Amino acid sequence: MSAHLPGPVMVAAGCGGTGRELEPYAGPDGLAGLDLVTRSITLDARPGGPGPRVVEVPGGLVNAVGLPNPGLEHFLATELPWLVRAGARVHVSIAGATMGEYADLARRLSRAPGVAGLEVNVGAPDEVGAGLFEVREPYHSASVIAAVRREFPTDRPVLAKLRPDVSRIVEGARSCHEAGATAIVVGNAVPAAFPDGRAGGLSGPAIAPVALRCVAEVHRALPDVPTIGCGGVHDLRSANAYLDAGASAVQVGTALLHDPTTVARLRAALSPRPDARPEETR
Amino acid sequence: MADERGPVHSSLHPSVHVDGEVVATKRVGGYRHLTLTAPGVPERFRAGNFVAVTVAGHVARRALWVHRVRASSAFGPTLDVVVEARGSGTEWLAAQPVGARIAITGPLGRPFALPKDAVSCLLVGEGYAAAPLFPLAERLRERGCAVSLVVSARDEAHLLSALEARRSARSVTVLTADGSVGQRGTVADHVEDLVRRSDADVVYAAGPHSVLRSAAAAAERAGAWSQVAVETPTPCGTGLCHGCPLPVVGEDGVERVVRACAEGPVVRGDRIRWDALPDALGHAQ
Ligand code: FES
Repeated sequence: MSAHLPGPVMVAAGCGGTGRELEPYAGPDGLAGLDLVTRSITLDARPGGPGPRVVEVPGGLVNAVGLPNPGLEHFLATELPWLVRAGARVHVSIAGATMGEYADLARRLSRAPGVAGLEVNVGAPDEVGAGLFEVREPYHSASVIAAVRREFPTDRPVLAKLRPDVSRIVEGARSCHEAGATAIVVGNAVPAAFPDGRAGGLSGPAIAPVALRCVAEVHRALPDVPTIGCGGVHDLRSANAYLDAGASAVQVGTALLHDPTTVARLRAALSPRPDARPEETR
Repeated sequence: MADERGPVHSSLHPSVHVDGEVVATKRVGGYRHLTLTAPGVPERFRAGNFVAVTVAGHVARRALWVHRVRASSAFGPTLDVVVEARGSGTEWLAAQPVGARIAITGPLGRPFALPKDAVSCLLVGEGYAAAPLFPLAERLRERGCAVSLVVSARDEAHLLSALEARRSARSVTVLTADGSVGQRGTVADHVEDLVRRSDADVVYAAGPHSVLRSAAAAAERAGAWSQVAVETPTPCGTGLCHGCPLPVVGEDGVERVVRACAEGPVVRGDRIRWDALPDALGHAQ
């Protein structure tokens, strides 16, 4: 498999808006050349959950946004062409209620011009991804990956995004990789609760040590499987922690909600230009 | 103004994320007024836009209404915001001294749509959220509109700048729930009468949802347009997180949920599905 690996800095799913909202803060090149994972796209439009959808907690956010998205048709007609014109390397995050839906999404996206890769959302906290295909068991996520891989050209990456579940992460990563995932993205929101007890997912700096542990475990057990760290990346130090633990790239999510220029700053700091002085960002 | 009444088709204008500085701060009644420099923000501002600030030690950001913009001052262009300290984030903001640096993003959101002609406008605001009506009143007056302003609050300490408002408004009505100053009562009690007396073609409202709703309903009954500035918790303020759902009915008659920070905060009052928008949306501040 010769799929190009994205990175080293990517925009995490669900935190880049439609792309347009990020552009003013994306730095001198705008979105050009930026590996951007879209919000999760489903076959049919989803309005998202009721408010409040996001609350702040120490060190992070608890969210139950509910995957609001315009559905595949509308995405293909509007958001995707815009992102392609803006020069982004578009990785479409997909989520489905059945295996057939995942396959369908992958098939139709494989024919859409400008799709650099797919990210398969196989780790949303259950209640947050209400109505999605049940992927709690590694063999479930693996069969989803296999179904997607069958429909999507092998020269383009399929990323499997797993929840940072320390007890099962290696197992999950192994089965997704064997099923054809190009890389494993470690770090979805961690199952959590809103202050009123409603189910949600925790993201932000609070989950960084958990996701980092998972990346390290995967890298130790499966050194040949590319991993992408996601969870609490907000500055050079937190990004380097993942890269040092063996990740080949990092995704920036919640930090963009705190400071929309985070990706621009990290891109500048981590760009491979030899003259680039790695400066500490915030 | 037919083609300007739509809430959701003013184009996204470029916003910036900059380091600003507190250049003045004063307590006014129950609020803290901050004057900030934010290179590029005052220049791009249109009435109804807001700004979001990054609060040290917090992940979510705080959205602030802009009360006044000065094109030039001893510090260059500045903007004034009004803060009501209601939690650790807003308390931090209210406590920032002169000279403090604050990361500011703005201007954000869709501003008020302005009428093309010199029509009669009623502006209804409550509490600190009435702030965007003040720059709006100035724009409207420049266009020759007859501006009537209503400022309301629970008591005198939470009334926003009624005196200053007299500069831009033809008439100013002050309402307090406890009757401590002005007329006693709420917007809901008086708005019907105020719309009729001002013979308003357009009603603009800013404040809690109950105020927006009664103003929009009174406008509709009087055959006037309404534009309301909705305040909803906005964890990012920039349209990235989809955390600020606003239930509306689109131009096509289809019910949908939009982002209050990106497709709002100003929308047409008759487009909001009020029943799907609880008045007590947790204003986590
Ligand atoms: S507050 Fe994040 S999208 Fe509106």
